[in-house]
Order: sequence, then C-alpha cells, then structure tokens
Amino acid sequence: MKRKILRAAVAAAALSFGTMAADAATKACFIYVGPIGDFGWSYQHHQGLEQMKAALGDQVETAYLESVPEGADAERAIERFARSGCNIVFTTSFGYMDPTNKVAGKFPDVKFEHATGYKRDHPNVSTYNSRFYEGRYVQGVIAAKLSKAGVAGYIASFPIPEVVMGINAFVLGAQSVNPDFKVKVVWANTWFDPGKEADAAKALIDQGVDNITQPTDSTAAMQVATERGIKAFGQASDMIKFGPETQLTSIVDNWGPYYTEQVKEVIDGTWKQSDIWGGMKEGHVVMAPYTNMPDDVKKLAEETEAKIKSGEFKPFTGPIAKQDGSEWLKEGETADDATLLGMNFYVKGVDDKLPQ
Amino acid sequence: MFEDILITIATAATPLLIAAIGELVVERSGVLNLGVEGMMVMGAVTGFGVALTTGSPWLGVFAAIVVGALFSLLFGFLTLTLVTNQVATGLALTLLGLGLSGMLGESFVGQPGIKMTALHIPGLTDLPFVGRLLFGQDPLFYVSILLTFGVAWFLFRTRPGLTLRSIGDNHNSAHALGINVIGIRYLAVMFGGACAGLAGAYLSLVYTPQWIENMTAGRGWIALALVVFASWRPWRVLAGAYLFGAVTIGQLHAQALGIGVPSQLLSSLPYLATVLVLVLISRNRRLTMINTPASLGRPFVPDR
Amino acid sequence: MRIELVKRPEYSALFSALSPFIALGLTLIAGAIMFTALGKDPAEALYFYFVDPLREVWSLHELAVKAAPLILIAVGLSVCYLSNNWNIGAEGQFTIGAITGSMLPVLFPDFQNWAVLPLMIIMGMAGGAAYAAVPAYLKTRFNTNEILTSLMLVYVAQLFLDWLVRGPWRNPQGMNFPETRNFHEYAILPEVWSSSGRAHWGIVFALVAAVALWFMLSRTLAGFEVKVLGQSPRAGRFAGFSASRMVFFAFLLSGALAGLAGISEVSGAIGQLRPTISPGYGFAAIIVAFLGRLNPLGIVAAGLVLALSYLGGEAAQISIGVSDKVVRAFQGILLFFVLGCDTLIHYRIRFVGSPARQQEAAQNV
Repeated sequence: MKRKILRAAVAAAALSFGTMAADAATKACFIYVGPIGDFGWSYQHHQGLEQMKAALGDQVETAYLESVPEGADAERAIERFARSGCNIVFTTSFGYMDPTNKVAGKFPDVKFEHATGYKRDHPNVSTYNSRFYEGRYVQGVIAAKLSKAGVAGYIASFPIPEVVMGINAFVLGAQSVNPDFKVKVVWANTWFDPGKEADAAKALIDQGVDNITQPTDSTAAMQVATERGIKAFGQASDMIKFGPETQLTSIVDNWGPYYTEQVKEVIDGTWKQSDIWGGMKEGHVVMAPYTNMPDDVKKLAEETEAKIKSGEFKPFTGPIAKQDGSEWLKEGETADDATLLGMNFYVKGVDDKLPQ
Repeated sequence: MFEDILITIATAATPLLIAAIGELVVERSGVLNLGVEGMMVMGAVTGFGVALTTGSPWLGVFAAIVVGALFSLLFGFLTLTLVTNQVATGLALTLLGLGLSGMLGESFVGQPGIKMTALHIPGLTDLPFVGRLLFGQDPLFYVSILLTFGVAWFLFRTRPGLTLRSIGDNHNSAHALGINVIGIRYLAVMFGGACAGLAGAYLSLVYTPQWIENMTAGRGWIALALVVFASWRPWRVLAGAYLFGAVTIGQLHAQALGIGVPSQLLSSLPYLATVLVLVLISRNRRLTMINTPASLGRPFVPDR
Repeated sequence: MRIELVKRPEYSALFSALSPFIALGLTLIAGAIMFTALGKDPAEALYFYFVDPLREVWSLHELAVKAAPLILIAVGLSVCYLSNNWNIGAEGQFTIGAITGSMLPVLFPDFQNWAVLPLMIIMGMAGGAAYAAVPAYLKTRFNTNEILTSLMLVYVAQLFLDWLVRGPWRNPQGMNFPETRNFHEYAILPEVWSSSGRAHWGIVFALVAAVALWFMLSRTLAGFEVKVLGQSPRAGRFAGFSASRMVFFAFLLSGALAGLAGISEVSGAIGQLRPTISPGYGFAAIIVAFLGRLNPLGIVAAGLVLALSYLGGEAAQISIGVSDKVVRAFQGILLFFVLGCDTLIHYRIRFVGSPARQQEAAQNV
C-alpha cells in the first residue's frame, strides 16, 4: 500500500510538472457559494462555465469549487486556485469580496473577477454584475396588467440592495400600468429552502395576492402557484417545466457571454480591469418566452423589453417618490449606478417596512 | 382562506411529525440517533428518483422507506454491534447522507417531480369549511396521523411496547430478564430510519415535488428537538409538530400583513417558542423523569 | 455467523495506538473502491486527499486556520460530555462570542490602542459563556433538557447576527451590504509567522487550551470531579460534589472556549462580522471531540485530521474533478471507520457461528 502511495506521489508530481511545462491552455477557475445542484444562482454560473468551455474549446481548461462557505474558507479556496496555475478566477458571490481582493494583492499575475461587489483594490481585480432589475420592471408591467386584485406577492431572500432594487423596479413597472398597485413582501431569510418558499407562497396567496415573484432560487413557489391556480414568475433559469400553465416569464441569469468574453481577453492578452454591469442589452439578462397571457399583455411586455434593451428607457426614471412620499427622483432624472448598488429604501407602494 | 391556512400548517407539520415519531421509538428503546437529517435526505432523493423513473409516487414512497431503513442499519451496526458513541455516529451518518444524496441526485436537478395526488371523496371532500381539511389532503397526511396513533397504542397498550420501553429504561435488567436487547434495538433503529425516509419522501413528493441538494434544510434537527420537546410522548409530538408549523406559517402571515417587525426576529419565534414550552413542561420534574428513557444514549454490551 | 464483543480486562494500549491506523487503512481501501467506481485513479485521488495538502507551507498554515476553531470548541465540549452535559449548541456560543467580542471595533471604531484586542478576547469569552449559561440555568432550575435548548439557541444566535449585520451594525461606508466595517489594525489577531502564511494566534490558543484541559482532567481534583459526576451522579453526590455546580462549570467553560474560537475566527481570519462566519464549526467540533476520544490531546490530533479532510477534499476537487458531494461522503466513511475501530481498544471482536457459541457457553459453565 505504502509503495503504491509513493508511486502515486511521484506520478502526481510529474503530472503537475507536466501541466506547468505544457502550458498551452489558459486555465479559468470558478468558486460557487452553493452546490451546482441548487438549480438557481450557482447552477446558472456553472451553466455559464459550460457555455464558455463550449465556445472556447481547447484553448481553455477549467476547474471549480462548489459550496465554498463565505468566511475564512473563501480566502483559502481562492488562494488555492491562484497557486494551482489558474490564469483567471471568478468568485461568484458577494461574500467573497474581501478575500478576493486580499488574494489578488498577493498574486498580481492572476486575474480576478468578483461578482456583485464594488471593491477593486488591485489592478488585477474586476467586478461584474447583471441588471436583473430591468427584468423585474417588465415583470411588474405584466403583473399589473393581469392582476385583478391589484396586489402582488414577493418572496424575498435577504434584505440586500440587490433584492431591494428588484422589489422597487417591480413596483415601478406595475405602477406604470396601475398607479395604485401594491406589493406584499415576505422575507424567507434563506436562499434555498424549497419548503419555506412554498410556505411563503401559500401565505401570500391566502392573503389575496394573485401573482407571485421571487428572487429566491427554488421552483417551489412556481409549483404552489400552479396548485392554487394563479400565475407566477420564474427566477434564475427558465422554469417553464415546473409550471407550463403558470409561468408568465422568467429572468434568466445568462453569464455565458460574459465569461466567454473575459476568458477570451485573457487568452489574447487584452484583459483589463473593468466594472461591468450588463443588462438586457448585453445579453446578461434574458427574459424567458412570455407565456400564459393575452396577446395585448404580451405585446406590451415585449415593447417594454425592447425599449429597455435599446436604452431608450431606464426603469429608474423620475418622477419617483420614496415610500414615505418624499421625492427621490425629479421628472426625467435617472438614478446613477452607485445609488442603485447601495439601494436601501423602498419606493411608494411597497407594503413592507425595510429593516434599517 | 382559513381552511387553506390550516392545510398549509398541516403540510409543514407532517414531515416533522413522521420523522419525529420514528425517532421517538428509537429513543424509547434507549438509542439516540442524531442522523435523522441524513436519513431524511436519503429518503427524499430516493423517493424522487424512483417516482420519476417509474412514474409512480407510491413506488417512490416505498423505496424511500426501504432506503431509510437500510441506511439506518449502518448506524445500527456501529452503535449496537460495535458500541461506538451514538452522538458522533449519528452526526457522521448525517454527513454521509448529505454527501451521498447529492451524488445520487445529480441527474435529478432541474426536473419537475411527480406530485402525489390528494385524496378526493365525492361529497365529503366538497363539504364547506372542513371538507378539504378532513377529507381532501394528501394520503401521507393520514398516514402520519395513523402512525402517531399506532405508535402510541404500541408503546403503551401492548406487551412488545412495554418490552421496548423497559429496554430504554434499563437495558441491564431487561437483558437479565432474557430480553434480546440488541435485536429489539436494531428493529427500533430501522423503524426510525424507515420513518425518516418516509418523511424525506414527503418533502420531495408532496411538499415540494422536486429534488434540490440539502432540501431537508434542517428539518431533521427540528424533528429531533420535537421528540425531547414532547417528553417522548407520541401525541405531544403531534401537538409539537403542529405548534411549530403554526408558528412558522404564522410568522409568514405576519410579514405579509406588513407589521414591520424585523423578519429575523419573526423567523426565530418557532425556536424561542419551543424552548419556552419545554421549560413550562419540564418544570414538573416528576413527570419528565417518568417519561425520559433512562438508558438514552448509553452504550450496552451484554455480559456473559 | 454473528459478531460478538468481549470486553478486555483492561483497555488495550496497543490498539489504542493502532486503531487510528487500522481505520486509515480501511478508509484507504474503501476510498480506493469508491474512486475506482467513479472512474478516477484511486491512488491519485488518495494522494491529493491526504498528502498534497501537507506538501506546502501555505497549506500547513491553512490547516492550522481550519483546525484552530475545531480544537478550541472540541476541548471545551469534552469537559461537557465527560461530565454528562449534552451541550450541542457550541455553534450558537461561537456566534455570540464573535458578536460580543466585536463590539469594540464595530461600535467604537475610534477607540484604537493596544488594549482593544485583549478586551475583545475577554468580551468574546464572556459572551460565549453567558450564552451557554442559559441552557445550564434552565437545566438546573427547571430540569429542561439541554440538548434541545442549546440547539434551539443556535438558530436564534444566527438570526440575531443576521439582523445585526443587516441593520444596526452595518458598515456605513459599505454600500448597504450586509457586513460590518472592517476591523482596525489594533483589533486584528496577529498572524503567528506572517512571512509564510496566515495562521493566526487562534491555533496557539487552541493548543494552550488543549494542554491546560488535559492537565486539569488528568491531574487535578476538578478533573476527577468531572469524570465522577459524569459516570455516576450518585457516587458524585456521596463524594460531596455538586451536580448543578458542575453543570454550570462545564457549560460556562465550553461556552467561553467556543466564544474564544468565535472572536479569534472573526478577528484573525475574517476581519469583520458577516451574516455567516462559521461553516458549522460548532457541529463539526462535536465529531472532533469524539474522534479524539474526549481526551484534549487526542482532540488536537482529531481536529487536524478533520481539517486535513476538508483541505484534501478541495485539492481533490480541483485536481481530478471529484465533486464536493463525493468529498463529503468520503468524510462520512472516514468517520465511520475511525469510530468503529476504536471499539478494539476496549473489546475483542469475535466472529461466532451458532455451534461455536454453544461450545463456549458449555465451557463457561
């Protein structure tokens, strides 16, 4: 046994030498916060990896670590990648922000890409995110058009700016159709606990909402909506399989194009530090087909999507009042990215109190 | 609407009840199996996979029960035959179950599952207010109630039940009386595993018909807590499971009404309520002493 | 055929030393079978699992970072379990310790001098101990089962931390993201040997605590009291030991050590409070405590082994693409073998068929 291990050690050493010497392929590495089987956030990032791999073929070699806890473990995982010959490392959760920057300082030759953060302490760190709120606005338009009750249910995960931004965009979209539209919010305090999301959906339906949207990952709410005969929106991926007669549309996280582009730049030697916040226009946010709605609603949704895509319209355009009625944006004024990134207040029409 | 809320509570409570009733029998026999979460998640993945491939949710439920029982045998072999520490072995079982279920379920991710259809008795189910609550729920809901009834009857009204309890109270004297302590404990452990497997299948076939890694999300631990909470009495397990379900659902309703209390505080209410009720119950020292299996968690080796 | 255990007259020193190696051997065989079944080269997989993490200095540092909280919590728990107090809420005590210890750098960021760090450590230990005092009080006053109360309080502590970092303690310059401000330099637990890696003083605390508790348990009256009350409360009472004092002693001690682990992790390895600060150290430490046979020195070894299995799992994931689930399943198998083999210390295992049993019975008569 011992001899066998020794032999393996030699083999492995030779192996790692081998990869170092024949360094033809660029190595791209990914760190996920959840299991790739969550069918949500981490799953979609992994789909992005697969797309990138398919697009670049032999030029790229990939590796990933899943379920890496935010905290002390993240720094080790990132450093391990940096040391194991990765040329570019994608860290795909907000909680990896400080560890990413810390490790980046130690490995100036490796490129780092951190999702949803704002710190770029070193020239080899980029940040990226998607404008999911653009999709939320379209959802709001659809919800208000279809809703008889004039109130929507929103199953939220955790009160962070990203989620608050989504709620606000949804409300604004809805109010563009029906100025009195209301949203009920329930915080599940989890990213994936399908049972709890199902419970939250049921509670909302019992309180009279007739459509449901969610930034939480699982398809549970979609299934509950199907059972209770109301409509719902999907999240992260196209969930039409879980609600063929329920899903109106879904906001699909589409990371593939971005990953392909960035890795390509590393291969070509043209990678530069950047802060990319891509939306519908860049193809980072894709709406699943509009289904289960009358043609006029579908048409309005498509028009709204087209206007956002072309840049003709921005969801956060004044006049917009905050929840307490005070003015936030004047007529024609648009919100800047910094405000959106740190958004911590509701607009008028949200039936909830934000934890301060 | 009121009926809907009650049904929601029943759905939330049923998996906890099934798993806890199984664990209650295990603990009454003097064995502490902390691996409920692991057995439950194995049941969830098995139930989902078998139902998906065969198209029959009942076959899924059956397979989940079998796998739960087999998986618990691993725990049984270590703790009963090799007398390893029960706490550590149970924790290791949870670790193994979470890993193994993830491996087995990799190809099930993102596939809609098969939902077990709810009961429908023409006439009865359509009664106003109580029809669906009493006669229109999923079949496993009724199984859970029967299970509670059956275990209560078995433990306190039958001879084998008395034997099982006597082992839990004092395995040495039970052994001296010629009772096969280890054999009966094996059966109890397997019953607990079967129940945990069934509870897991409830999650992936009724509650939320889908497979997601770690989808039990801590429910196995809640089930364990409920057993102690109920001071090892079956009907109190039922009361506890429904109380826990009611507080969980109630806090979501409170949020939807927009009462403006931090959601973290509301989310912690079920746990605080459990502690509070437990304190109230356990103030009666004599009553708790009677019900607690005195040999719980202690190793047993028959001497010859 | 059946398996029977025969108690050794005395515990076997030979098997006490040998059993971890037997377990390792069996794990290697089981692992080899599993990896082969998954289509991976078993020798390579096992190499990455057990040897690769030990090859480089930075990796050894990481091993210390990972093992420190496990050891600190587990040695405290060993006193609990030896005295028959079932504290399984160390995760909550860890969290509260991290919170109370962080009060100074978060709420008084301008208070910066050398006194900050010692105060943080004291406050962290006090916080953990105070939180552990709750189940101890309920147990002694109301006879409430401590397994349940300590476990429930874990969830409460985690939600409390969540509320703090999203609400009142949120970093004012942090774009409203859920984290506190970064600790200033006086509030950071220094690295032990910073030129080579990031292992911080937490590992030193862990080793000191292990040695101190080993001394207490094996050489002092207090240690004797712990064991007597654990094995037989009645005997303990006759000897004049107070059972309820012991409940408090065990819970406060383990709570303080869990709190110390919490504040060390936050100030040494993370540098701020965040919604999640522990990947379940409080629960993993329970396994470590038993793997180490509730002996503080054994726990040091067990903590290092468990930490190694995390690091090795990562190495295997990256190098040969073994998935995270396989890694966890493998960890479970390892634990099973270690636990099973420890049986050999106190028992001989005999395989008996039915006739043999009758023979033996005849001999015994």
